[in-house]
Amino acid sequence: MSCPINSKAELAKLSPEKAEELDVYLTSLPLTDDRERNRGFLIQSLHKAQEIFTYLPSVVQVHVANRLGLHLAEVYGVISFYSYFTDKPVGRYKINICTGTACFVKGADKLVEEFQRYLGIKLGETGTDGKFSLTGLRCVGACSMAPVVMVNDRVYGNVTTKMVPEIISDCK
Amino acid sequence: MIDSPAKLKSHAENLSKNSKPATTILVSLGTCGIAAGTRPINDMLKAEIASRKADIEIVEVGCMGLCHSEPTIEVVNNASGKSVIYGKVKADQVAAIIETASKGIEAASCTVINRSWFYPEENETATPERIQARIVLKNTGKINPEILDHYLAEKGYQALSKVLFDMTPQQVIDTVIESGLRGRGGGGFPTGKKWAFAAAQKADQKYVLCNADEGDPGAFMDRAVLEGDPHSVLEAMAITGYAIGSDTGIIYIRAEYPLAVKRLEIAIDQAKKQGLLGKNILGSKFSFDIMIKYGAGAFVCGEETALIHSVEGKRGEPTVKPPFPAIEGLWKKPTVVNNVETFANVCAIIRNGAPWFKKIGTPGSPGTKVFALAGKVKKVGLVEVPMGTTLRQIIFNVGGGIMNDRKFKAVQTGGPSGGCIKFDQLDTEIDYESLKRLGSMMGSGGMIVMDEDDCMVNVAKFFLEFTLDESCGKCTPCRIGNKRLYEMLHRICDGRGTRETIQNLKDLSNSIKDTALCGLGQTSPNPVLSTLAQFEHEYLAHIDEKRCEAGVCKKLLKYEINNSCVGCTLCARNCPANCISGSVKQKHSIDQSRCIKCGVCMDVCKFHAVDRK
Ligand SMILES: Cc1cc2nc3c(=O)[nH]c(=O)nc-3n(C[C@H](O)[C@H](O)[C@H](O)COP(=O)(O)O)c2cc1C
Ligand code: FES
Repeated sequence: MSCPINSKAELAKLSPEKAEELDVYLTSLPLTDDRERNRGFLIQSLHKAQEIFTYLPSVVQVHVANRLGLHLAEVYGVISFYSYFTDKPVGRYKINICTGTACFVKGADKLVEEFQRYLGIKLGETGTDGKFSLTGLRCVGACSMAPVVMVNDRVYGNVTTKMVPEIISDCK
Repeated sequence: MIDSPAKLKSHAENLSKNSKPATTILVSLGTCGIAAGTRPINDMLKAEIASRKADIEIVEVGCMGLCHSEPTIEVVNNASGKSVIYGKVKADQVAAIIETASKGIEAASCTVINRSWFYPEENETATPERIQARIVLKNTGKINPEILDHYLAEKGYQALSKVLFDMTPQQVIDTVIESGLRGRGGGGFPTGKKWAFAAAQKADQKYVLCNADEGDPGAFMDRAVLEGDPHSVLEAMAITGYAIGSDTGIIYIRAEYPLAVKRLEIAIDQAKKQGLLGKNILGSKFSFDIMIKYGAGAFVCGEETALIHSVEGKRGEPTVKPPFPAIEGLWKKPTVVNNVETFANVCAIIRNGAPWFKKIGTPGSPGTKVFALAGKVKKVGLVEVPMGTTLRQIIFNVGGGIMNDRKFKAVQTGGPSGGCIKFDQLDTEIDYESLKRLGSMMGSGGMIVMDEDDCMVNVAKFFLEFTLDESCGKCTPCRIGNKRLYEMLHRICDGRGTRETIQNLKDLSNSIKDTALCGLGQTSPNPVLSTLAQFEHEYLAHIDEKRCEAGVCKKLLKYEINNSCVGCTLCARNCPANCISGSVKQKHSIDQSRCIKCGVCMDVCKFHAVDRK
């Protein structure tokens, strides 16, 4: 059922430390031979893997599938379903523009346009130099400061199109 | 270890006897507070207290609900019990606040916020200034959510102790049924009945599932409860477990709420260490454990069958009900799914009894409802009001009216499943049924206020775009029907719509409502139908006159410079598309072919020389 290749070795080629970190986490889970039960740990394993690798390349998917005793297709199905997971590399700076309702009525669409224009990439894309990714996000719960932009963990509130260059230049 | 009800009681009594410093300063450190820069203020307050050796303690609390005035702090004089809330606290006010707090007086030159709520559990009643009633938010903004003793001092875990030692599971269910508590996650299903269904099932395992997915964008009630008072949800889940015969609780929480996750983890850990969760709670025969499972950014996972699949590690696709989760849920076992806010009511009901709870709210919808009031309203924040309060009171009394004194246009409730409510309907007393009659719904509590600058066709388009993004794709009406709806709205916004488009919108909306598989698709046309019903004239203006009243739909707009232009060059310098030309002191002009219609020229012009047509 699981993929015949030695996925841990493949993963270690990407980064031995990261491969080890993920493996320690997977080993800590109370996994059994019951695939259905193991599947309950899939989403949290993918969260952990994405936290470690910043995205979920196919070697990571194969390894998680192998350890949980799941088919690669099942793992990929979950990754493609949930918007939080990505199998493409992301930029060092993830610019998340909130497009929740509160931010929408306060003009988030203008911010989206301005960021796209300024960075020359579209929502959902990463720049060729790998520095910036631009994504939309639905409500971070800081609606009182709408419109809100999050860059990695930093929150900018009451953002205007004029602040865009300033926010970009904060990313050093 | 607190291993008996007597110990719990004596522990709480000791806590209340502990001597307190002269003054307590509560610092609001929820997500909004932190984002608004409350942490540096908090550090300064601490430093100031230390340098003056003042007899003041700082308590870091969750959201006070006053998101519009962050950084917010509350200074409580422990001798007199009097308190004063300061909003928008600035660094240079810190010294004065500590100075006056030590003397027990108000700091001049600070923004004082009036308390607009009362606590029904403390026998307070409503006054014209205090129309909010805090039951769910009783502790948020009052206790440090990371310190168990703070919760225990506020009667924490006494409801659990009461059910374990003084009540049978059936009595617990009867109490909740009698209280009339209805699900706060949107549907309004009677909570006690749901528990009774699950309790009646014979199974080797049952589950209690807490829905903390809070997918409605622009709503943050559940987040505030989990960040500000996590133990109240844990305690209620254990009570539910006792009532239905389950030993396992699971909280499904969205990944976008890292602070709430952290506080829940801390709370679970503390409760287990003290014997308030885990094996033989409070020395009884009842055991109950709680785990956290994480969402991964899918709105449909808020729907209970989809949520269950997500916990099982699958794609979060919904399935047809029945079977209802209470009969066949997680891993095919009987499962009670309740919303965070629903749980947050349970302990108060058990502590005070069903008749007490029924006195608040309306006969059909007892209790309170928490709303996340946001959008174009002056005081954005969390609002908890008795059911039956009018929308006008919420928006104009508690919310302070519309920002920049613009004109109110509509209020949207129920998120992507809800609808828009007009000015002349604002005196409606809210409960589950009244909002449905207006073509909207209670939803989970998002309340977005819109003013004359919002185009209602565009608002409908926004929600449809959201649904399109979030549709799981399993059923055709939702996957394809909503796409067609979206395209039609797009055509209208672009000035390409006809009267026939409106008829098609209505027909297709009704087909989708009738045929979609789950609650997401069945309610997704609501924003379209409700804006059509209330604001048809705006649709018609787009179609017949190619005009967007609110000035939002770009294809229908044109910016032109009129004769008031003095040639100050400000617009040309600010234009992001560099399409404004003209020399100094000469009238400028806009190259329409390159104009991106961002409106910056109009915003910056000091001479009203830019017209939007
Ligand atoms: C599309 C959709 C999204 C939903 N999202 C949520 C949600 O974010 N939070 C929630 O508590 N309930 C949500 N619900 C309602 C749940 O299906 C379920 O009715 C609720 O969790 C039951 O708890 P309650 O009875 O305490 O309200 C959603 C329903 C649908 C159809
Ligand atoms: S809608 Fe943007 S923070 Fe809530």
